[in-house]
Amino acid sequence: MKSKLNLDFAAVEKARQAARAIAEDTQKFILQHTSVTIERTCARLLGIDGVDAYEVPLPNLIVDSIKSAGGLGLGLSVYLGNAMIQTGKTPQQIAETVAAGELDITKLKMADLFEIRAKIDDIARQTTARIKANRQQREQYLGRFGDKQGPYIYVIVATGNIYEDIIQAKAAAAQGADVIAVIRTTGQSLLDFVPFGATTEGFGGTYATQENFRLMRAALDESSEKHGRYIRLCNYCSGLCMPEIAAMGALERLDMMLNDALYGILFRDINMQRTMIDQYFSRMINGFAGVIINTGEDNYLTTADAVEEAHTVLASQFINEQFALLSGVPEEQQGLGHAFEITPDLKNGFLYELAQAQMAREIFPKAPLKYMPPTKFKTGNIFRGHIQDALFNMVTIMTGQKVHLLGMLTEAIHTPLMSDRALSIENARYIFNTMADLGDEIEFKNGGIMANRANQVLQEAAAMLETIRRDGLFKTLEMGRFAGVKRPQSGGKGLDGVATKQNGYFNPFIELMQQGGKA
Amino acid sequence: MSSGLYSTKARDFCQTLDLTKVKPYGDTMNDGKVQVSFTLPIADDERAIEAARQLGLKMGLSDVLVAHHEALDKEFTFFVVYGNMTHTVDLTTIKVCTIDSQVLDMHGVDDFIKQNIGRKLVVVGASTGTDAHTVGIDAIMNMKGYAGHYGLERYEMIEAYNLGSQVANEEFVKRATELKADVLLVSQTVTQKDVHVSNLIELVELLEASRLRDKVILVAGGPRINNELAKELGYDAGFGPGKFAEHVASFFIEEFVRRHKK
Repeated sequence: MKSKLNLDFAAVEKARQAARAIAEDTQKFILQHTSVTIERTCARLLGIDGVDAYEVPLPNLIVDSIKSAGGLGLGLSVYLGNAMIQTGKTPQQIAETVAAGELDITKLKMADLFEIRAKIDDIARQTTARIKANRQQREQYLGRFGDKQGPYIYVIVATGNIYEDIIQAKAAAAQGADVIAVIRTTGQSLLDFVPFGATTEGFGGTYATQENFRLMRAALDESSEKHGRYIRLCNYCSGLCMPEIAAMGALERLDMMLNDALYGILFRDINMQRTMIDQYFSRMINGFAGVIINTGEDNYLTTADAVEEAHTVLASQFINEQFALLSGVPEEQQGLGHAFEITPDLKNGFLYELAQAQMAREIFPKAPLKYMPPTKFKTGNIFRGHIQDALFNMVTIMTGQKVHLLGMLTEAIHTPLMSDRALSIENARYIFNTMADLGDEIEFKNGGIMANRANQVLQEAAAMLETIRRDGLFKTLEMGRFAGVKRPQSGGKGLDGVATKQNGYFNPFIELMQQGGKA
Repeated sequence: MSSGLYSTKARDFCQTLDLTKVKPYGDTMNDGKVQVSFTLPIADDERAIEAARQLGLKMGLSDVLVAHHEALDKEFTFFVVYGNMTHTVDLTTIKVCTIDSQVLDMHGVDDFIKQNIGRKLVVVGASTGTDAHTVGIDAIMNMKGYAGHYGLERYEMIEAYNLGSQVANEEFVKRATELKADVLLVSQTVTQKDVHVSNLIELVELLEASRLRDKVILVAGGPRINNELAKELGYDAGFGPGKFAEHVASFFIEEFVRRHKK
């Protein structure tokens, strides 16, 4: 492909090499550690579910019992497999017995590690087979209906009540939405457990629970059949339970997950060691399940300036790309994020947006890029807001962005009403149709405003990545180089849930999933 | 051009502005023109259009025109309705609670503090409760500010601490005490089922219980906040959309001086 912006691809290659080195350096640390949510994920994938009388999830109870006995570094699978051999019970029965206070699985006589592994691998294979079957079912739908050409129209539902969300989601699908994202209730990212069952109360969103996933997937399958298009379902693998939510999504055939390597650190003040360790396993599950991950670079521009800090977005995309590859997420599943957030008052601001979007397209040619709408400069003037969204829609269709999060004219007023969503979808479909092939018809002037802008952002990103390679990722985050947010290495939430792996530790799913999830 | 968009109807209403009877203006004084849009949970058909028209009448509109109707789903229809407002308000009897501080720019604020207070003011801000949005507090506090208006971090005479989002009220009060705050800024951006109101009240109650309420100037801000609501909830002031760091700062420096004169 010929660059429309005359990009310096030698600089691209250099930046990518630096990002690779940064990710590999951090990966050494990641591989030496595990966390409470990783072990709870294993518990879930090995068949443990449900809550006790106080609504505490059984995966939490069993992992906490191991942690308080000092056994977290050995991992759940060793203790659970051993308990299965010693008691003859299933994982769920064992968890219930532990919850009832009738069994301490860390105090049992240890069987041979080889036998324990065999016991656990047997169940792990059944689970990965189920996830593979989900992936095949998605492929079948896509085979029958064909996948959407052009941008995926992505809208959110956020009523707090899963049953109300379903009504909104079905209406959005009828209007032309391709992806439905169920926004999570505010604060869920800070919970160190995943709630259980169908939920009807949330603020600014709906709890991510496995049952809510199942209900929405079933409703959207109905819509898919009805409209002859596969409607994708998206949720959020971020916060303190990244891998658990990935596992629940894989089991219930979600198609897309917000899953950033750095987001929780910067925007939720979650400890950076915990986040790096957790993102690895969560992305491995998403990669295996064929889920498209979305990264959160767009958020940088809501706190930092979109013109001055554009290079931090690109640098972070390079880093997210490399961490994703190390977790087995192929480029085709990497929805690297960026956003249309330049102030409307800036002369030629649209040219910068267009240049940056085209630049991202050319640097990450296979990635289904996630493009976020204007939010920061939405004022409550819904009429101007609708025009801002129209400009944003034009950039997407001209530069081939893929996961297109629709802007709402009522941004900054309320979570979208049914009619807000309908107007936004109408706006996007109009522009995507009337300008369908405009991008193929135009080239940008050599040495012009746009080409210069893109190359400037690229050079700045490459220089930033060199500095990060020199200083290390953790130190970079401590210094506040992303989004202007500083985070100490041992600060934030969730560090007490991290343990160094001990001799004999194993996670059955990492090996199985490293083989890839394609049929 | 045959749709009759140009009205030739005689205007049978008084076309002079009367401040005791103010109504909306479309293109002629006192025509009362308003636009309304809404969705009804019914199928898009003739009866639905009539239902929308009757709702317009009940809203106090005359000459209701259902300009647009469109199915959003089988059982949901979207309407755009125009009509002439029959109601009026008497502007001369309206009293609102406004913030009458004179608005100074950044340098003006710094100079005022130097001359009248003589030390840096400590301002602690956060988006409290479950609210994950920092856009409001960032607009007021971050160095860069918003839309060309520098944030409080850039003010020479203000020591600004932005605690970010999802700060529990207890934590907020604790940090404010540690930092010896003179001013507390609370931002509430996204809200559902009026959770922002109960959260704002909780903070006031906490401050009162800790005997701190009188020691700080307490300010709320956000798209759903106005001065009147803030005062009702026990705050010293509230700032809604379109207000920047200098508005907030101009208020609290005057208030600080007023309190310390006594």
